[in-house]
Amino acid sequence: MQDLSIFNPASPPAEAIRALFVLVLAVTGGIFVLVEGVLIYSIIRFRRQPPGAMEPAQVYGSMPIEIAWTATPFLIVFVLALILTRTEYEVRVDPNTPPPGSRPLYVTVIGHQWWWEYVYDKYDGQDLGVITANELHVPASEEGVARPVYLTLKSADVAHSFWVPRLAGKTDLIPGRTNQMWFQTKDRGLFLGQCAEFCGTQHAHMLLRVNVDSSDEFQRWLEDQKRPAVDEAAARAGRDVFLSQTCVNCHRIRGTSAAGTYAPDLTHLMSRQTLASGAVPNTQEQLRKWLIDPQRIKEGCLMPAFGLSAEQVDQLANYLGTLK
Amino acid sequence: MAIAEHELQLERVPWTAVLHDWVTAVDHKKIGVMYYLMALVFLVIGGVLALVMRFQLLWAESTAVSADTFNQMMTMHGTTMIFFVAMPILAGVANYIVPLQIGARDMAFPRLNALGLWLTLFGGLLTYFSFATGGAPAIGWFAYAPLTEHTFARGAATDFWVLGLLVSGIGSLSGGVNLVTTVLTLRCPGMSLRKLPLYTWMTFWANVQIIFAIPPLTAALVMLFLDRNLGAHFFDAQAGGSPYLWQHLFWFFGHPEVYILVLPAFGMLSDVIPVFSRKVIFGYEFVAASTVAIAFISFGVWAHHMFAVGMSRSVDVYFAAASLLVGIPTGIKTFNWLATVYGGRWRMAAPMLFSLGFLSMFVIGGLTGIMLAVVPVDYQLTDTYFVVGHFHWVIIGGTLMGLFAGSYYWYPKVTGRMYSERLARWHFWLFLIGFILTFGPMHMAGILGMPRRIYTYPPDRGWAIWNQLSSLGALIRGPAT
Repeated sequence: MQDLSIFNPASPPAEAIRALFVLVLAVTGGIFVLVEGVLIYSIIRFRRQPPGAMEPAQVYGSMPIEIAWTATPFLIVFVLALILTRTEYEVRVDPNTPPPGSRPLYVTVIGHQWWWEYVYDKYDGQDLGVITANELHVPASEEGVARPVYLTLKSADVAHSFWVPRLAGKTDLIPGRTNQMWFQTKDRGLFLGQCAEFCGTQHAHMLLRVNVDSSDEFQRWLEDQKRPAVDEAAARAGRDVFLSQTCVNCHRIRGTSAAGTYAPDLTHLMSRQTLASGAVPNTQEQLRKWLIDPQRIKEGCLMPAFGLSAEQVDQLANYLGTLK
Repeated sequence: MAIAEHELQLERVPWTAVLHDWVTAVDHKKIGVMYYLMALVFLVIGGVLALVMRFQLLWAESTAVSADTFNQMMTMHGTTMIFFVAMPILAGVANYIVPLQIGARDMAFPRLNALGLWLTLFGGLLTYFSFATGGAPAIGWFAYAPLTEHTFARGAATDFWVLGLLVSGIGSLSGGVNLVTTVLTLRCPGMSLRKLPLYTWMTFWANVQIIFAIPPLTAALVMLFLDRNLGAHFFDAQAGGSPYLWQHLFWFFGHPEVYILVLPAFGMLSDVIPVFSRKVIFGYEFVAASTVAIAFISFGVWAHHMFAVGMSRSVDVYFAAASLLVGIPTGIKTFNWLATVYGGRWRMAAPMLFSLGFLSMFVIGGLTGIMLAVVPVDYQLTDTYFVVGHFHWVIIGGTLMGLFAGSYYWYPKVTGRMYSERLARWHFWLFLIGFILTFGPMHMAGILGMPRRIYTYPPDRGWAIWNQLSSLGALIRGPAT
């Protein structure tokens, strides 16, 4: 079972938020116990009374008591406001001033109806220009070497929200605006999340996968991603199908004439673990199902069923399977 | 024998005449009752929508309903419950009770009153008419742009939604103007504003809020309608518009709306508790003044619904502080109610049961609200099931609980009959248990990373159990409501 709990943070912003949440839980827990305590005590004490009991004393109010239970909450609110301000400035930092000595990664995240586009801008001072989709790869920090990840968030259509609970709180991707967020983690492995702002039919299947690799693995992955698509002679037939159909209007495969930007980049499709933004595992079987009718896997998604012949599906699946 | 038959015939009025009598009614009591019944009908519809959603979420990757159907239900459930259940039912009670409490013979503008009722009803019908166009809108009840633009929401459903809310909004506005005027001008001699019963006082302020909160929504809806039908670009980013503007306009209405819904319930509680404790309310002036504080501060907190949109840090901190601040007058009310019940000679009738239910539950909704007001925590919790749990806790544990207290309290006055105390007790306990079971687990699902408004979820997240508990609770609570 995957753990996405906000109480299991693995990155400074998520850790700071957990600490603050625990504090707020303690404060509100105290108020809760106080109020419910008085209420329960009253219920036990005054619920049943002998018939013919005296009328209760009529108390119209008390200035000192009113002042006390007005001033105390004010004090609590004041202290809470100070503490939350401190955390706010820890959680939201200026991406242009990474900590000295760190090796920052800059990625632009573009939300689309119902998938994620990642443009790798810069790593450790080097310009990249790598484009991929749906599965984010970032380097892990190590003792003494911080590798913060700064995300620039944009949207191509409607409002979305980037949320990987164990890494950071969520930040929206809103058309016409550019937002920023960051995280940094030493824990290698897979971190899950999903779009958190209702964005239409398949909002539920706009899943996020963040792979935190060791610095060497990440470097290797980056080099692979930089290369154009492989062109295997055995898969030529499928390649021709791809390039002769409307696939090219929406998808891009670098190294070919397919240069669409409306749908996920497929240059290194086989380096991804899932298809359809995390909806199904990336296997030949699922890929063929997807090619026959994407609506059966992700109803309402923007890729229609093209009515390909069985032969074309075979050839296409074969070709896409070579895009390592 | 013949005479008796003759008399019987005289008493039997044809149903058309009865209908005519009600449809043309301008009497505040009749209008109040009609508001109330209309809201109950919509409550059943909205409840059925909710049960379908709970059924769909019982199991991971369930295919009971399609994605689009779920999104339509989610949109219509929210829209119905806010605009066609909560607001009309409160308007109904206010219509009936406020003139009686201030000794007025009717509302200030009886015909405007009738207009308000019928506009609200037609607004509801118009919104539901979208089903006849091939499907309800699937945009969420706060309808974030640009998902509502023609590009993304094709078909006429969203237009019906816009028109329905426009019409019912004008209905609410006319009701608000009417009630404020009534309280200001038609009080009986000797009843100064400082002597108003607390229910009337709080309803008065809720209606002042209606007058200021509805116009921004109306403006936003008109802009959206122009965008969709006449090629305006208010919310279209690609043409230089701003989707972000919709969020500001909507929540400038949307947050005061929460208090529009809860202030009258506060008022009912402030009337019921002293009666069943046989004590005067503790600190009348403070309870009254805190109402005014809520009404004002609640207009300065709207952007706490938008912490994740990337406003500047200082703006975030301001809205967080203001949102925490609005908790203080609410706290003052709770403390005064507690001081009133303390030491009283209680009569444990249904209204008192529901009042105590309110006191014990509303505080939880208030405290989860504090958690959400703390900006960084909100970055994690906003748009998750935690929020869904929170606002249902406030509206059901607060507004509805208070409304039940008030309804049982005034039931004999309105119908001339006494309710069954035994049934009322069953109602209370089923409702309380079902309520806690439905919305308690939602907080857990949210903390475990489950966003709201998803029609299904992957099986490996451990969210199923919380959803199953929640659905079980809904099943208990459905008939109880």
